[in-house]
Amino acid sequence: MQSTHNVQRLLDLFGTMCRIRAFETAALNAHKEGVVPGPLHVSIGQEGVATGVCLNLATEDRITSNHRGHGHAIAKGAGVQGMMRELFGRDGGHCRGKGGSMHIADFSVGMLGANGVVSGGIPIAVGAAQGLKMMRSSAIAVCFFGDGAINRGPFLEGLNWAALYQLPVLFICEDNGVSAFTATDTVTAGPGVMARAEALGVPGVSVDGNDVMAVDEAAARLVAEVRAGKGPRLLHARTFRITGHTSTDAAAWRDPASVEEAKTRDPIDRLAVVLAERGIAAADLDAVRKAAREEMDAAVADAKAAPWPQEAIAYEDVQDVGAVAYSGVSA
Amino acid sequence: MSGQSVTLVEAVRLAALQEMRRDPTVWVLGEDVARGGLYGQYKDFLPEFGPERVVSTPISESVIMGAGLGAALVGTRPIIEMRIFDFVMCAMDELVNQIAKIRYMFGGQAKPSVVVRMPHGIWRNSAAQHSQMLEAWFVHLPGVIVVTPSTPADAAGLLVSAIRSDDPVLFFDPKNLFPLTGEVAQVIEPIPFGKARTVREGRDLTLVSWSAILPAVEQAAATLAAEGIAADVIDLRTLWPWDEAAVCASVEKTGRLLVVQEAVTAAGFGAEVVSTVIERLGPARVKAARRLGAPRIPVPFSPPLEDAVKVTPAKIVAAAKAVMAG
Repeated sequence: MQSTHNVQRLLDLFGTMCRIRAFETAALNAHKEGVVPGPLHVSIGQEGVATGVCLNLATEDRITSNHRGHGHAIAKGAGVQGMMRELFGRDGGHCRGKGGSMHIADFSVGMLGANGVVSGGIPIAVGAAQGLKMMRSSAIAVCFFGDGAINRGPFLEGLNWAALYQLPVLFICEDNGVSAFTATDTVTAGPGVMARAEALGVPGVSVDGNDVMAVDEAAARLVAEVRAGKGPRLLHARTFRITGHTSTDAAAWRDPASVEEAKTRDPIDRLAVVLAERGIAAADLDAVRKAAREEMDAAVADAKAAPWPQEAIAYEDVQDVGAVAYSGVSA
Repeated sequence: MSGQSVTLVEAVRLAALQEMRRDPTVWVLGEDVARGGLYGQYKDFLPEFGPERVVSTPISESVIMGAGLGAALVGTRPIIEMRIFDFVMCAMDELVNQIAKIRYMFGGQAKPSVVVRMPHGIWRNSAAQHSQMLEAWFVHLPGVIVVTPSTPADAAGLLVSAIRSDDPVLFFDPKNLFPLTGEVAQVIEPIPFGKARTVREGRDLTLVSWSAILPAVEQAAATLAAEGIAADVIDLRTLWPWDEAAVCASVEKTGRLLVVQEAVTAAGFGAEVVSTVIERLGPARVKAARRLGAPRIPVPFSPPLEDAVKVTPAKIVAAAKAVMAG
């Protein structure tokens, strides 16, 4: 890895990745404990992508995410207490307990929502970019999707549209090589996402997504181009999902050797090596990891202690006109 | 307010024009809208508002729908034109999983202020993929408003409300009625959702309907009147919310209900109307209640075959007489 970055930047990247890892590890443990309901899709091993991209964004920039969205939300600045409460389905969650892990959103920091449908965020990001451009905003839209999404229609429609109207949108293909339980290359014809983007007039850059410095550098350049009005860009970040598709998927079908090999390319450990080379003491890095764990353990404790939402909340936030009234269902 | 006699398509054109002049965040996207739209409902919008607010799009329904949503999330008010209702099938994820859910799933952080225009119904022998009336599907979908006007004035006033609404509004233009003329005010005032229009008053029978079949219902009511059967004719105008109170008040008076829909009868909105009336009034106060709609077959192409599925004034008269005998 080159290290043209200054040390503070590296520490920022390291700190954010550690917080994402700690959040998801804590959430996964809580899920195993049985206190987080529903499916949980974690991005352990992929933290370099969310971090390297989002640390190049301003608060007013908007992102759309996917079902594996905790890292994107944290890197964009979403409050982890509201996120953890949301995962637990408790009062005070960002989505009032109506979204859960798969629908984390925090509009106050430009996080326009995770999405339960593969490629679902692509049209939304394209439209956000169109609206921002129309309103002469300097903000841009960034859209995170996986390699599985390139086989859905909205990928084609969305990239064509963004190029056609020269919209300020940056597409991030977070390529972990698996579409749910199936290796993506076994279900994808042709040379893949870069060729498809190029064919649609969206210039792209491909990087090692587990090299957070490479992601950071590429994202900085692409964000600047998009913000300068040069039209859409695509960042292809190759990474690895160390865990299964969901919290209950052991991913036993994968070659264990590939997982062990991937762990040697862990983005956090790799950056730790660089930081050590740059003179940061191991104890200082451990302190960062420890602080992240403590922050997320506290979020779990807070979520466990938080009350369940009042039943009436189920009837709120449907629509202004034509909403059905709560009449005390369980009363 | 002095009015003007215009066609329904001109009425909705004027309504959208008025709102785009009033609010610079309103814009329209869809296939061919810069050319005025398939029906001329956006005629002359491009020269006035420019290509940024009158966006002719690729034939990409997923992104037409989803981009409208994304643009709403950053503070604009898109009119999403689907060209013909049937094409919304290509954008169902964006409509059903995204637009209708996003406010709720995100705990109220988002207000998807979009209007989705879906001209629907039987039209010029266009066959099974250009003639459907599946408005009942969307009544079943929490999070949206369902608008089904039948006159130029109602279409214009309801479109104004739709554009100003923070809720997502599914606006079913009655495309077969686009040439229908009627009076529309110079300044188009919004018409509230959930208020029915009483078309005609009578003591014997309640006829409830909506959208493109209304002229046939009115013809049938005139025929029935000539034979001494006086019908209350109610145009629901919106199916969600819908005016339960107006319908129940009428059936309380007449005791007899016929719901007329262009759509397939089975599991259509007429079933909801009949059930609601019987639940609210009790079976003892409803002497007879029936639905009239299309058989559960796709809309065929050939004129005589298409005629076979159409609800006509004669069929309505016959059904009304059956209700009177019931």
